[in-house]
Amino acid sequence: MHIPDGFINGATSLGAAVVAAGGLGTALRRGNRALKDRQIPLAGLVAAFVFALQMLNFPVAAGTSGHLLGGALAAVLLGPWMGVVVVSVVVIVQALLFADGGVSALGLNITNMGLLTALVGWGAFRLLMTLLPKRTAFVVGASIGAAWLSVVVSSLGFVAAYALGGSGQAPVGTVLGAMTGVHSLIGIGEGLITGAIVAAVLGVRPDLVYGAQKYELAASRRLMPGRMAIGGFVAAGLAVSLALVIFVAPLANSNPDGLERVARDQGFIATAEDSATAESPLADYSVTGVENDRTGTVVAGLIGTILVFLVGAGILMLVGRKRPQPKSEAGP
Amino acid sequence: MRATHVHALYVHGTGRVRALEAHVKVAAMVAFVLAVVATPREAFWAFGIQAVLLIGAAAAARIPAGFLLRRLVVLIPFVLFALFLPLFGGGPRTQVFGFALSVEGLWGAWTILAKATLGVTASIVMAATTEVPDILLGLDRLRVPRLITAIAGFMIRYLDVTLGEMHRMRIAMMSRGYNPRWIWQNRALANSAGALFIRSYERGERVYQAMAARGYQGQMPVLSRELTRPGSWLQALAFPAFAWMAAVAAIIAT
Repeated sequence: MHIPDGFINGATSLGAAVVAAGGLGTALRRGNRALKDRQIPLAGLVAAFVFALQMLNFPVAAGTSGHLLGGALAAVLLGPWMGVVVVSVVVIVQALLFADGGVSALGLNITNMGLLTALVGWGAFRLLMTLLPKRTAFVVGASIGAAWLSVVVSSLGFVAAYALGGSGQAPVGTVLGAMTGVHSLIGIGEGLITGAIVAAVLGVRPDLVYGAQKYELAASRRLMPGRMAIGGFVAAGLAVSLALVIFVAPLANSNPDGLERVARDQGFIATAEDSATAESPLADYSVTGVENDRTGTVVAGLIGTILVFLVGAGILMLVGRKRPQPKSEAGP
Repeated sequence: MRATHVHALYVHGTGRVRALEAHVKVAAMVAFVLAVVATPREAFWAFGIQAVLLIGAAAAARIPAGFLLRRLVVLIPFVLFALFLPLFGGGPRTQVFGFALSVEGLWGAWTILAKATLGVTASIVMAATTEVPDILLGLDRLRVPRLITAIAGFMIRYLDVTLGEMHRMRIAMMSRGYNPRWIWQNRALANSAGALFIRSYERGERVYQAMAARGYQGQMPVLSRELTRPGSWLQALAFPAFAWMAAVAAIIAT
């Protein structure tokens, strides 16, 4: 998901950089106001956790890779604005020190993995909490749902960036099917880890969870969902992934096309003149090709999704057998 | 897990590249990467000039080639994506060794490979010749908001602490004869992840109190802020300047 230099064209990167600078600037102003001096270490710690989470990589069918993102966790623990700042810091450090994600694509990566995950995660968390009873178990449940959604939306952000200014004209529908399919699976892992950490922190120090502060929950042990609940969550996640691939991926053929068309009409897409074949995407997605395209996309997406699920489960079992690690539930 | 130890980013040594101030180097690196990205994809020779500049900088800093190649591993997912483009890309096709490959896809693959490799190598060279605390100080001097550098500083310090704690907890769990491996044993795993977080956090609180007691006010004191030597900017910016000349010449030529 870390976009390198040259992957997305200059105009789109520049646009994303403006969005990222604006968003991060707002987050810094708003976050700074809410931040007490002593919370900087907490922010640094969450950043270290998010960094560690992002080291777990999964292959995506179309050749890219995905990983856990951690934005929803940061938002629930620290609030939306500090969540944005924390994940952005992780992305900046990765680009400068670890050469992970291009320097010129920093705006894209901050927008995608910092702004989108933390803000969508926070929005979903608050929405769920207004609907759910204000009890500890439901705070955990809401953070699991928010984490799942944040990962899927972030993968949509990646696809949108690719549709606007990606190199090489890969069929956007295929990219979309592969990215959302795999990321709705990665979202399961993200949800489990986010839920585990939020539950543990609520159990001992509920005062540290920003998202639950106003509910004044008492510390209580035994919050972890049991075997049945986890199994249900994994099964539901897999079902949603497959449903997404079957029902959403076919629509993809028209959606990004619409996006491109709007972009061209508005004249803010520079690729139109860069890519020698301005007319071909339309030709590609024309009515004659749609039937084949759709089935192809769905089949590719289904195979990819199931493959990733099996590979993830396999890795989980192998890792679990040889070197049980506190974090190995990240597998699915 | 230990392989990601942050100190492994830096290659020890001496020489002109390491003697340059961190903020000068960061600025030069960013300017260089922007030049690479601005270069039109048809200008093979311009990318060649930029590659020669980078190799020169890496050689001057005596960074081992094996180290550079190992760090380039982060590119692999996108290399795979690049290989996939000529096969599945749209537009007119051309015959290469009997395969009908998309012309636009080939250009896309080339763009990604060339620009991403140059960009990643530039930041590897920068990180290999500058120690992590110096990079953070350099970002401070480049007017990056203090909150960002402060959080990044804590993050880098906590990374090793957290990984070490995780290692010790795993040993403790195994030495008590528990070896969770299935997803329905998640209670143990989840509890360790949560306990890890709280332990790290409470250590962080103690560290913060110790720092506050010693006068910390949200900013690390700078022990020796040497002034930028006048030659530094000139030396460092010569590097992106040549890259930009190549880029501009290529833009004019195409």
